[in-house]
Amino acid sequence: MTSVGHLVTVAFCLAASTQLALAQKAESPPDTMAARTLACTPCHGAQGEGTKDVYFPRLAGKPAGYLYNQLEAFKDGRRHYPPMNYLLAYLSGQYLKEMAEHFAGQHPPQETPAIPDVSQDVLRQGQAIAAGGVTAHQIPACASCHGVQFTGMEPGIPGLLGLRAAYISAQLGAFRYGTRSALEPDCMQEIAARLTEEDVKAVAAYLASLPGSPNAIPAKQGSWPLPFACGSEPQ
Amino acid sequence: MPNPHVGQFKALIGLAAILLCAVPVPSLAQDGGSNAEQVKRGEYLARAGDCIACHTAPTGKPFAGGLAMPTPFGTLYSTNITPDPETGIGKFTADDFYRVMHVGRMPDRGLLYPAMPFPSYTKVTRADSDAIFAYLMTIPAVHQPDRPNDLHFPYNNRSLIIGWRTLFFNEGEYKPDPKQSAEWNRGAYLVEGLGHCGMCHTPINALGGSSEAQAFQGGLIPMQNWYAPSLTSNKEAGLGDWSIEDIVDLLKTGRSKRGIVYGPMAEVVYNSLQYLSDADTRAMAVYLKSLGQGSPPPATTTTALQAESSLLLTLGKKIYDTQCATCHGTTGLGQPPDYPPLANNQSIEMQSAVNAIRMVLNGGYPPGTAGNPRPYGMPPFAQTLTDDEVAAVVSYIRTAWGNRGASVTAAEANQLRTAPLE
Repeated sequence: MTSVGHLVTVAFCLAASTQLALAQKAESPPDTMAARTLACTPCHGAQGEGTKDVYFPRLAGKPAGYLYNQLEAFKDGRRHYPPMNYLLAYLSGQYLKEMAEHFAGQHPPQETPAIPDVSQDVLRQGQAIAAGGVTAHQIPACASCHGVQFTGMEPGIPGLLGLRAAYISAQLGAFRYGTRSALEPDCMQEIAARLTEEDVKAVAAYLASLPGSPNAIPAKQGSWPLPFACGSEPQ
Repeated sequence: MPNPHVGQFKALIGLAAILLCAVPVPSLAQDGGSNAEQVKRGEYLARAGDCIACHTAPTGKPFAGGLAMPTPFGTLYSTNITPDPETGIGKFTADDFYRVMHVGRMPDRGLLYPAMPFPSYTKVTRADSDAIFAYLMTIPAVHQPDRPNDLHFPYNNRSLIIGWRTLFFNEGEYKPDPKQSAEWNRGAYLVEGLGHCGMCHTPINALGGSSEAQAFQGGLIPMQNWYAPSLTSNKEAGLGDWSIEDIVDLLKTGRSKRGIVYGPMAEVVYNSLQYLSDADTRAMAVYLKSLGQGSPPPATTTTALQAESSLLLTLGKKIYDTQCATCHGTTGLGQPPDYPPLANNQSIEMQSAVNAIRMVLNGGYPPGTAGNPRPYGMPPFAQTLTDDEVAAVVSYIRTAWGNRGASVTAAEANQLRTAPLE
């Protein structure tokens, strides 16, 4: 057998094995997190950009630690939403972490916010709360934890851009009534309990009106001090 | 959290008459040995019995109880089985524990509600019961008083249990069948005893009991609205025509070339079955395969061809081709074991369409197991498909490619939209 013969044989084997690999590949799903998280996409969008339903949040670009905390909270029921509780009940923490990292790493463009259906006065009230809090009720500014650009901070504080007013308002309500809770000390639970319904409406409308930016990535951990202890954000 | 025990007031899992005989129940280790060995064996057996699933509340301490179990008769709360002397089972003796397992009676002579699967656990040997008890005595004690049950009148009267027991409870350890292999008997012992598979897979009646004659024939799990398929009929989940390897894969990893577990069965695989030894899993597979009766009738396309003319199925095919075919294939072959085949899949064709409808509505992830730690998930379509569309696509899947299921209606789909998910 000549060396050319050997080469031909080797080449044939390679081709055969490549073909075999391709054939096998065609029969099994892609080994990607995008394929493994397909179940998330009908509600959260292919890249976690959100969907038309105003109650389903954008996931893309949120800090991985925040997303992971939410997945764990859904898994063990600290955050109550049956369709999510059901989906995650029997997945490992390690896998949930991978899912969180997958969506944290997505940066699809943000949609232009809808025109707010509240008055300018209400928007101004929302802006005042978001930027300055309500001193009389010991409510800190949203910006004091979520950042002056509301982009959040790693690892556990979410950005507030690209969310719809209905979702923000529903989450503040959920914190208040205990269907959503976070790691102790659960600062959002305390804050939500101090907000009036008008406050919630105003702050939700204001935050939802802010334009997003593809560069709106969360700040690094420890970028600013927090006004109080937060179980989701070790300091 | 879906829980296979919820709502289950079940009777024994009787099988066809089993003769008294001298074949010993094969067990993992011989009795005796050091206490450490016994504890280790007890931990394994507690896994096989899936004690943790009911005796641990979400976010609660392991085995400290407090899980709410809604039943058609009211809500029961599971009990603390940690060794705390005041609130747990710290004052129990091994005799007390065996009495609970074997006859469903507490040390104070009080009778247990059959949500505790003692009608199955009665088959567990004394040595295995002692090992589980020895293990439970080594876990961290948790001081947590049991929450009182909240049962409707008249079910809050425990003396009713006496009547229930007379009708539905047969006391007695597992008696091996001398005509069967040691492996088969080991499988039967695990399936009928600690595995308490009959709690879901045997139909129950209005009194919350079940009959021996109907053992493993399948039924709707009350309060949960998942259908636990028959393990005896090959038209359902009967495993008669499955290979042992596929059954083993399903039990051990949650997925197989023939199908994948979701819903309450995902819990069982996640908390219990994935931890069983290869030998025990295989033994269960051998026994389960033997329960399958007959073969499915040969597939014919007549029904499908006739039915295909209907508007429902035309719509169903359209939805299937755009929403489902990417993963499950235009001919329903799937991409096993990650995307299950839908063609010639008993759980798609079986009489109850509940599970198929629920999967379309709610999607689902198989359990994350050592054998399949990063499972692929099925997307939920409740948000994107109307009731008519869900009915159409499920009808199509149940009748296409030689499948012999029946069509479903939009009303059935609608009813399951509001079914509890936990």
